[in-house]
Amino acid sequence: MSANQDGTNLLEVRGLTKIFGTLTACDHIDLDIARGEIHALLGENGAGKSTLVKMLFGSLEPNSGEIFWNGQAVRITSPGVAKKLGIGMVFQHFSLFEALTAAENIALSLDDGSPISSIAAKARALSYSYGLPLDPESMVGDLSVGERQRIEIIRCLLQTPQLIILDEPTSVLTPQEADKLFETLERLRSEGKSILYISHRLEEVKRICDRATVLRHGKVVGHCNPREETAASLARMMVGNEVQAVVRAPVEGIETAQPLLEIRGLTRKPATPFSIPLRNISLNVRAGEVIGIAGVAGNGQGEFFESVSGEVLQQDAASVRIRGKDAGGLTITGRRLLGAAFVPEERLGHGAAPRMKLSENLLLSRHATDGKAFVGTGGMVKSGAIYAASQRIIAAMDVRKSAPDPEAAALSGGNLQKFIVGRELDRRPSVMVVNQPTWGVDAGAAAHIRQALIELSRSGSAVLVISQDLDELFEISDAIAVMHNGELSKAMPIAEATFEKVGLLMGGAEPGHAEHTLETA
Amino acid sequence: MMRLELVKRPQRSALFSALSPFMAFVLTIIAGAIMFALLGVNPLTAFRIYFIEPVSQVWQLHELAIKAAPLILIAVGLSVCYKANIWNIGAEGQFIFGAIFGSAIPVLFPQFEGPLVLPLMLLLGMVGGAAYAAIPALLKTRFGTNEILTSLMLVYVAQLFLDWLVRGPWRDPQGHGFPQTIQFGDSAVLPELMPDAGRANWGFVFALIAAVLIWILMSRMLKGFEVRVLGSSPRAGRFAGFGLNRMVFFAFLLSGALAGLAGISEVSGAIGQLQPVISPGYGFTAIIVAFLGRLNPLGIVAAGLVLALTYLGGEAVQSALGISDKVARVFQGMLLFFVLGCDTLIHYRIRLIGLALTKPEAAAKLEAAPKLKEAR
Repeated sequence: MSANQDGTNLLEVRGLTKIFGTLTACDHIDLDIARGEIHALLGENGAGKSTLVKMLFGSLEPNSGEIFWNGQAVRITSPGVAKKLGIGMVFQHFSLFEALTAAENIALSLDDGSPISSIAAKARALSYSYGLPLDPESMVGDLSVGERQRIEIIRCLLQTPQLIILDEPTSVLTPQEADKLFETLERLRSEGKSILYISHRLEEVKRICDRATVLRHGKVVGHCNPREETAASLARMMVGNEVQAVVRAPVEGIETAQPLLEIRGLTRKPATPFSIPLRNISLNVRAGEVIGIAGVAGNGQGEFFESVSGEVLQQDAASVRIRGKDAGGLTITGRRLLGAAFVPEERLGHGAAPRMKLSENLLLSRHATDGKAFVGTGGMVKSGAIYAASQRIIAAMDVRKSAPDPEAAALSGGNLQKFIVGRELDRRPSVMVVNQPTWGVDAGAAAHIRQALIELSRSGSAVLVISQDLDELFEISDAIAVMHNGELSKAMPIAEATFEKVGLLMGGAEPGHAEHTLETA
Repeated sequence: MMRLELVKRPQRSALFSALSPFMAFVLTIIAGAIMFALLGVNPLTAFRIYFIEPVSQVWQLHELAIKAAPLILIAVGLSVCYKANIWNIGAEGQFIFGAIFGSAIPVLFPQFEGPLVLPLMLLLGMVGGAAYAAIPALLKTRFGTNEILTSLMLVYVAQLFLDWLVRGPWRDPQGHGFPQTIQFGDSAVLPELMPDAGRANWGFVFALIAAVLIWILMSRMLKGFEVRVLGSSPRAGRFAGFGLNRMVFFAFLLSGALAGLAGISEVSGAIGQLQPVISPGYGFTAIIVAFLGRLNPLGIVAAGLVLALTYLGGEAVQSALGISDKVARVFQGMLLFFVLGCDTLIHYRIRLIGLALTKPEAAAKLEAAPKLKEAR
């Protein structure tokens, strides 16, 4: 741990503890942030990063412990207090109104009654000076996710904070956009501002952070200089043991294998003014392969998933074919009966009913496909059978829980995701479509899920993975296609794919796309 | 200036959720005592006449069963709707249409007799209630109308339709101009359970059977699971492949059929003919019964007996103390008010917000509010 040179750190945290019921989310956390440093906060999901940050930003009150700001003991009782002290925060999930302009959104959070025009002028000046060009007059609904993040950052900078907290800022950015963000952060550092950078992307942390504090199970397990560590050693600190590397055996003869999922000219009009239309998407997923779909969030992935899963039906029955049969007119149940399985992005409220037990959530997606096993004569649910099957899945996927059959909402995100993926794998589906398989899932669980998806494909199933996490896609895919503005690029074999090529496509810079845009414009 | 805000509690107490109906009952008693005192009646005397005397003899228990039967039948059907987050407020109208459909046989074919008559009437009653409930379901699924408004408005249509029927085409020609149909023949009357002990008829048995069947449906069957999923997480329900539109029809048809069964049972059992008014608001009171019973069919049986007592008590205080029997409505209203109030305060707590604060401070307070509770 590096000592502080000038005697006073900008922020010092001593013995900060937060208890929720029986869970100690943060257990005597010590943390120092010096002036002009980028300090990484590393940890798996559920390690206590968010809880710690919420206490620093005043949205949670600690049970015990002290916070020193410029050497003075302070109580941060609300976000308002935090802002007055000079702490700003950029959240992972944006809180912007889509139907308002960027400047109006900023004005809402400043709350000081200054006219929109002066705020817009300030925002424009600030954004250009930090290399984050932003048009304050543009409607948020029309902006890309990267641009929306800029609004959040500018909004935070307008309050001239001393400490800026960034929660997983690159999870929604293309590699090129992330590079831009890093330049801005370095510039802020050179001005003497401090940054607390929360991430699970170890390469990034090594690249831009000066120091790192690693949390595990609510405790600080170490302080280090990330530049002197390897990604593997950082991961070991986070997880506590070496993360099992995902193994992907090469597939052979894939060209001759039968396509189990065929998408032909799939087109969908936008359902709301802010949703993305799907434009003539075609894709084949063959038995034995994993195809990855990359893309920045909000480029039509959600709409695509709904169309493929059958939550939304197609007029052209042949635009989605499963195991050689037209499925475009079939409901999600019909498509499941053809052998397909689906895992949506949102876990609570979409993939699982929050206030229902895990065994009941098993029934959610399998009441029709396993009708004989789980539902008896006259529609009676065989509670013994669903309980046994859910316990089998819990054991196979190593789902950790506090009760034998808890409500879905009682599980951590990673454990619930393991259950939801396991619920589908347990069926041995011949087509598996997964949206964001490891979003917000800790490293250990993510590796487990990825390995399971690869193994499913190698046993002869077709696997389609939609993900924003490029590392993940490069790890598990046999070919990667990119979705941008509702269009899907050709799938490129993994041997030809590079981060740079995929990144350019994610930004919409493909010759094929350009032509198409001209046609439709 | 002060303003009231409801702030969601981070945890709700399972104990208090279960106790809520009982707390509501106690609060109703307290408020009722104040009301009786203001009316110049000794509350203790009034309560004895209202709550104790109507159930102190066996024949009176039979009267209680007669009043409770339609309440329970309707309320168990409504509980399925409400669990599915579908708001059928029009059970009163479905009750009336069940009665009209079922009565068609004894009124139009009085010479048709035999053991088939009654089952056919009951069946037609269920069909009538279900058909009438299908109207708001159709409007909701086809045009996106609000089922609360349409189902409620259809109640008044049903009441006026019945009124027209018994004054017009279905009036008893030998009835000296009274607005009522002929008395049903013997084979069209729902038999009494124990004729020597009291008047209670098979309607109460139907209510108990319906409660048990709906309890099995909701807790043991795939269909009940579908109701609960669609009611609590509609998106997860869609992912499961459950259709929301189909559920709207299922819930409305089921609750309509049970309300219709209650209607024909009431007419062929307790009344024996159609008349302009056949229900003292059973369809609306059943909404209170459903919530007082926690939308649980077995709880609804208990709640139905309690609400039936408010009807009997109202009649008792009217004859014994000369107080209007509208007092029954007051008690029912207070019960619903207090049970909803208790439920709200179990899920939320009240905060007083001073408007004198500047906006950011108030906002900060609001943000901090739920967390203070967690910190304790």
